[in-house]
Amino acid sequence: MVVILGGSLAAACAAPGSGNAQPTAAATSAAPMSAAPTCGTEPITLKAYYETGFPITKALSDEFAKQHPNVTWDIREDQFAVITQNAPRVLADDPPDLMRLPQVSELVKNNLLKNLDDYAKVFGWDQWPASQLEQMRLAPGGAVRGEGSLYAMGLNFSMTGVFYNKKLAEQIGMTTPPETLADLDAALAKAKDAGLAPIAQFNGGATGGLAFPLQDLMASYGPPAPINEWIYQKPGATIDTPSNLQATQHLEKWIKAGYFWKDVNAVDYATMMSRFIKGDGLFMFNGDWESGNLDKQMAGNIGFFLMPPAQAGGKRAAMSAPLTFGIGANAKNADCAAAFLNWVATDTQARTIGVEIGGSHPMGPADAPMPTVAAGSVTENTLAAGAQIATDNGAMDFIANATGAIYAKSWTPNLQKLVAGEQTPDGLLKSVQADYQSQVKGG
Amino acid sequence: MKAAVRRRRNWAGWLFVLPAAAFYVVFVIQPLAMTVQYSLYSWDGIGVATWNGVQNYLRVFTDPDLFAAILNAIKLIVFFSAVPVVLGLAIAATIRRIAASRLALVARTVIFLPQVIPLVAAGITWSWLLSSTGLVNQLLSAIGLESITRAWLGDFSTALPAVGVIGAWVLLGLCTLLLLAGMSKIDPALYEAARLDGAGAFREFFSITLPSLRQEIGVCVTVTVVAALASFDIVYISTQGGPGNASMVPGLEIYYLAFSEREVGLASALAVVLTALVIACALPIQWLTRDRSS
Repeated sequence: MVVILGGSLAAACAAPGSGNAQPTAAATSAAPMSAAPTCGTEPITLKAYYETGFPITKALSDEFAKQHPNVTWDIREDQFAVITQNAPRVLADDPPDLMRLPQVSELVKNNLLKNLDDYAKVFGWDQWPASQLEQMRLAPGGAVRGEGSLYAMGLNFSMTGVFYNKKLAEQIGMTTPPETLADLDAALAKAKDAGLAPIAQFNGGATGGLAFPLQDLMASYGPPAPINEWIYQKPGATIDTPSNLQATQHLEKWIKAGYFWKDVNAVDYATMMSRFIKGDGLFMFNGDWESGNLDKQMAGNIGFFLMPPAQAGGKRAAMSAPLTFGIGANAKNADCAAAFLNWVATDTQARTIGVEIGGSHPMGPADAPMPTVAAGSVTENTLAAGAQIATDNGAMDFIANATGAIYAKSWTPNLQKLVAGEQTPDGLLKSVQADYQSQVKGG
Repeated sequence: MKAAVRRRRNWAGWLFVLPAAAFYVVFVIQPLAMTVQYSLYSWDGIGVATWNGVQNYLRVFTDPDLFAAILNAIKLIVFFSAVPVVLGLAIAATIRRIAASRLALVARTVIFLPQVIPLVAAGITWSWLLSSTGLVNQLLSAIGLESITRAWLGDFSTALPAVGVIGAWVLLGLCTLLLLAGMSKIDPALYEAARLDGAGAFREFFSITLPSLRQEIGVCVTVTVVAALASFDIVYISTQGGPGNASMVPGLEIYYLAFSEREVGLASALAVVLTALVIACALPIQWLTRDRSS
């Protein structure tokens, strides 16, 4: 007893964290890999840590095991919020071979993730469209994102935009998706006059869903590049720009015009989905992870378009992020996990699962075969939108991902205040920028 | 000789206490000490911490968001403590007067029921009741008060009071039961004497019931004040601190700081301040309500 107490008291006198084994940045292997790593032929158990509610991961794992009979899976699942809280501890104490990742800056800073550069070279990931991997690259020390070494890999990448209820659109005479922001404004006004709820959106609790329309409006008024620089924490980047102010003012105009539900500050994501599916709401700002679900629940009645630009003929932009997975710095079967990630992007069967079950665009080379999808489905719409974003070079990460705490602590309360008329557009951007600066400096 | 025996007995006593004391030290004292230690560092929970002195404490009192959370907890005392104790006294006095009837049993059960239901379930039920299409708004609309209906938990001015109402509902049963138990200890002869002297129900209540319940009221106030200051589950389930921090409380803020923002040092500092606040509130209550006759 005394010994235990003495030990823990002694430990308590040192600085917290100094007693833990500190993983150090793995020196890149002296000789570059000569052949692409595989899972070999010996029985091997891959330890995976997945997010609950994403059937795509399970389907891909099962298919991989079917094609590679020596591989068995040891899978643990948790809600995303739980993964976010546990990630550093799990990666430090009991590193999984494959893990769904939250915001990675802090993990890289603490050397908890494997540097995937060697795999990227040997598998040829570096030959893919650069925008696919950009969000998962980090400069040394994890300070800046969007450049540097690769620390994560996507199973697919999502695409966001505006879903619409075709029946309600017909009711207000909207036959084609809006081409400009003015067209969208006109449709919203018509919907309001017709007694419809113009926009279905969530903004309750700790999840400020108005960040979706806000960022779309930002990309409608200005180019996406400066927004990405801000998200990637490039030195000197600011969210408080003239075009972003216009966007925030536009959002405020929508709020004041009553285009959102009156109780939007009490609506969570699940409530928004069930109301929209029931026909309460013409438009919904959301992402293609719902494509498969909406195709099933609103078959033939659901459409999708990318946020229209403020100027006719302008380029389109959208929030688009990979479903990120990483390999623990001290994972036992890193090679096999990397082979799995490569297989997901290149195997025809895996790509089909990615589209049919995941609803999103698979990773991989630009000319990789695409599975066929039902004509007229919203999945077809969102995949086509992905192609347009690639040509317009309009992919953005989410403004909610700039720092670990910016969404819950800054965007959400400020957007809720904007809805309640307790914050101005200018004040919102200044407040978020101030929080961002203190978090980037402090974190 | 006698002294030696007594000393040996003392030693034996300590030996019996040792297992419990060891658990107390390991699971209560040590985490407390570590929290105090963490509060003096800047630490993300993984890497090596850096010494930060009292900076974290300065931030607790200067950061308007953190300070507002502490103020919210103090406002919640009205709902968590004042309402259940006052209402509990009235209900307990009423139930005591009809103690023999079956109605008393039913009333006791119904009022105590919220204590039995898990808080998470209660929170979910209430968030349905208080939603924009929930029962509360339906009732208000039915009696012509449609103009004041709103999403109670999503409105800046009503979110905190709405959380308070849930807390009051949960704690009312506990207070009623404690006070009722206290009333049953009061000598019936006192009431009889009072009645002979011509005292009415109110006089009986203020001159006999209330003074006799001093200790029970003390327990109720202590428990409910601590529940208000350390509230977490009800807020987490019903509003998550929203909208826009309108219902943020220290317990939730500590959780967010430690596990989402990874500011373990700042979270620990806020936890230490909260602990000090709880003790500062609980000790005077204990002192004011202790039994002076003994």
